Amino acid sequence: MRVTFNANGRPVEADDVWEGESLLFMLRERLGLPGSKNACEQGECGSCTVYLDGSPVCSCLVAAGQVQDREVRTVEGLADDENGLDPVQQAFIDAGAVQCGFCTPGLLVQTHDLLEREPQPSDSDIREALSGNLCRCTGYEKIMDAVRLASARKCSSNSSEVSQ
Amino acid sequence: MSARNSATRTIRGEKNLQDITTAHPDGIGGSPLRPDGTLKVRGEFAYSSDLWHEDMLWGMALRSPHAHARILSIDTTEALTQPGVYAVMTHEDIPGSKYYGLEIQDQPALAFGKVRYHGEAVAIVAADHPETARRALAKIKVEYEVLAPITTEEHCQNPETFGYVHEPEEYRGHASGNVVHSQKVVSGLGVNDDVRAMADVVVVGEYEVGMQDQAFLGPESGLAVPAEDGGIDLYIATQWLHVDRQQVAPVLGLPENKVRLTLAGVGGAFGGREDLSMQIHACLLAQRTGKPVKIVYSREESFFGHVHRHPAKMRYEHGATRDGRLVYMDARIVLDGGAYASASPAVVGNASSLSVGPYEVPNVNVLAIAYYSNNPSCGAMRGFGAVQACFAYETQLDRLAAELGMDPVELRQLNAVSQGSHLPTGQVIDAPAPVAELLQKVKDLPLPPPLDTEHHLDIRELPGALSNTSHGEGIVRGVGYAVGLKNVGFSEGFDDYSTARVRLEVIGGEPVAMVHTAMAEVGQGGVTVHGQIARTELGVEQVTIHPANTEVGSAGSTSASRQTYMTGGAVKLAAEAVRNELFNLGRSRYGWTYNDLSLIGGKVVSASAGVLISMVDLLGDQAIDLTREHHHRPTVPFDKETGQGFGHVQYTFCAHRAVVDVDVELGLVKVVELAAAQDVGKALNPLSVIGQIQGGSTQGLGLAVMEEIITKDGKVRNPSFTDYLIPTILDTPPQPVEIMELADPNAPYGLRGVGEAPTLSSTPAIVSAIRAATGLALNRVPVRPEHITGT
Ligand code: FES
Ligand code: FES
Repeated sequence: MRVTFNANGRPVEADDVWEGESLLFMLRERLGLPGSKNACEQGECGSCTVYLDGSPVCSCLVAAGQVQDREVRTVEGLADDENGLDPVQQAFIDAGAVQCGFCTPGLLVQTHDLLEREPQPSDSDIREALSGNLCRCTGYEKIMDAVRLASARKCSSNSSEVSQ
Repeated sequence: MSARNSATRTIRGEKNLQDITTAHPDGIGGSPLRPDGTLKVRGEFAYSSDLWHEDMLWGMALRSPHAHARILSIDTTEALTQPGVYAVMTHEDIPGSKYYGLEIQDQPALAFGKVRYHGEAVAIVAADHPETARRALAKIKVEYEVLAPITTEEHCQNPETFGYVHEPEEYRGHASGNVVHSQKVVSGLGVNDDVRAMADVVVVGEYEVGMQDQAFLGPESGLAVPAEDGGIDLYIATQWLHVDRQQVAPVLGLPENKVRLTLAGVGGAFGGREDLSMQIHACLLAQRTGKPVKIVYSREESFFGHVHRHPAKMRYEHGATRDGRLVYMDARIVLDGGAYASASPAVVGNASSLSVGPYEVPNVNVLAIAYYSNNPSCGAMRGFGAVQACFAYETQLDRLAAELGMDPVELRQLNAVSQGSHLPTGQVIDAPAPVAELLQKVKDLPLPPPLDTEHHLDIRELPGALSNTSHGEGIVRGVGYAVGLKNVGFSEGFDDYSTARVRLEVIGGEPVAMVHTAMAEVGQGGVTVHGQIARTELGVEQVTIHPANTEVGSAGSTSASRQTYMTGGAVKLAAEAVRNELFNLGRSRYGWTYNDLSLIGGKVVSASAGVLISMVDLLGDQAIDLTREHHHRPTVPFDKETGQGFGHVQYTFCAHRAVVDVDVELGLVKVVELAAAQDVGKALNPLSVIGQIQGGSTQGLGLAVMEEIITKDGKVRNPSFTDYLIPTILDTPPQPVEIMELADPNAPYGLRGVGEAPTLSSTPAIVSAIRAATGLALNRVPVRPEHITGT
């Protein structure tokens, strides 16, 4: 089958998609968007998290055909421009939250969503929001730091925008 | 252009397969950001599973549903006729050697004669789509005669009754019977009735550690590309490129120089990538089809596709005087090695030689032994034989403290090794060993506030968390301590040297250092540290990290906490050589006679005469390009009967304090805080060091309360993240870390390997805390709810 949808703001089209393929497989293997990761492909690790119509989903659990005419945003589309980084991405680098980085794309999308909904989350809020994203390397402490840092930076840049 | 270069060019997502250059002022001791960090957060870092090549096929393996069976026949005819299937291969199609292995070459690349574990690869296919490959696998007909699996210690010990895992004539190395390897350690008077009589108090315990999985997130994967010269280019996630090549080439029937490996992005390793997984299979299929072949394991296949941590059964006996001095220790450590040897011999070496822990014990008798069985193969995992022993001796120390009415930390401090102590192998610890201080550091940290269910109740912070199992009732807090002893580097006479190439030249008007090694960056941050070392030694800001490949000499394995020590040391040596060469250039050109030269901020500086010249002007268009090998001081094998010998390169120590809340009615555990203190000699990159300690501690937490591969009659029952649980962010507590930096005079910059020590003591500290909360014995990890509730 053919699937047409919007990926990171651009219309895309995938041909010869087999019905059993996941959105994750289509992104990674057919559309040149391998940023979303494939650590379990059964909804347990969150490494494949993408936005689907603005909500984070495990793209390994979404059938490719389900995204026909819909909006998908992946880690490759988090930053506003080609070369820049979203504050969440920058915070993950700065805080040392990236080791092997395999969990990172999913965590970035999930954190991005959390901070959109709740700009100043408590530690428990962060843990709850990220509880579906496994990381095997960091022990999560630096990930907590990264989310706190991104939150602080976003809030301070928002308040300086307001005061201008 | 050679086929090889054109092949490299068409691989998609190749950014990290090319040079990565970053500019930063920080040398060692700073925490500059990872050179690969930006690629990783943008989703542009090419992991081995992300590679893609025009015309590429998908490889897949058919695996045995039985733990032990004779293969009567394999019929591939129907699979071969499926449209889209390019090759189906069995052991009969292997052009070279049929065996491989890290230490003992006893593992068939594709099973023949027999399958010896559940999930052993029997046949492989290459097809145009993973689903085509999957369907082709289903068409392969294998006729098995199922045999009784050899799975228990009793089975293994009695091969005449229960059979051999490998036929006696097939045994290699020190293996015999169903024993892969064994090692004794005897020191002082050993342990006999006279020695026992010297002790006022004796504690004896039997302990068990379950089979833990590395559970790295990036599945085993890679891309094999056939080259025009008949060789293969393999892009792969591994821990040691050169040892992979050493095992792959003979199976392909190729000389090593025709098998070229490049490191693709690695999604964690933790020992699980020391053995080969899909490497040989992808290369065989690429060789057969003449097309690039990619293999990516599913999570289920990953559980079958790599070795695990050895499950252990241990009997420990400690005797002490009334005032708390250890008199003797007797230990028997039995490890289940599973079907193939993997790293079992070295794991046995570690388990035996480190079995005493960081304590002075005058009289010791130890036997560590690994059996072959039809359980999953076990080999390297972070902590490597020292984890199992640490759980046993630390539990023993707690029990001894209780028996003596002593504070458990004080008892440990009283018996702790320090610099100059003799270990039972006769090796003297000739570098700082601040075991008592590390314990004191975690003890002195403020405790987290008590659970306050009256004023502040957030169920997310309780055992059971969002399952809403308690609102504070039935919850008891406990605190526990533990400390461990780990070695750094390969031991027992093995020369695991590392090679580094450093090139200094002017690019775009600036001096740039390029570092080229074969080190596997698996997430640990070695590439960051290499840049820092080059900056420190060469006084430059711009450093280029060359992709890791087999064009340069071996860097040894990214394991045994050794990479910063060994390959970092090689980068230091190569950079120093480049620096000397640069000074010589100045001396010959300008007749300098200074002996006080250094490179600072891109300039050659004499301490007495000030700035002499900029590196840009001195170098001009010349490049200095030098390669150096770094060897650690030699070690020797342990004596087979007594375990005596200077067997380890370096020792490392970490202590933990765990605070837990236990729901004693439901048996649920919440680790409230996990504090660690570790001596790292010198923190080359403090941010990474802390990340290693927290990550390692968390894997220990997993072993303490949740992680275990469950087998029944050799069959794996839980090969998924649904059924094999690893800690989530909700399971993982705040982790304060105290760093000590007492230089080891034998190591580059005085550093001490960091990665593994925190994985040892985290587990027993947490279980000790659960014991403190419940009063239960808990002699087995992981501790499950039913162990707490007794149901
Ligand atoms: S890959 Fe989708 S949740 Fe793990
Ligand atoms: S950084 Fe490796 S899994 Fe999170």
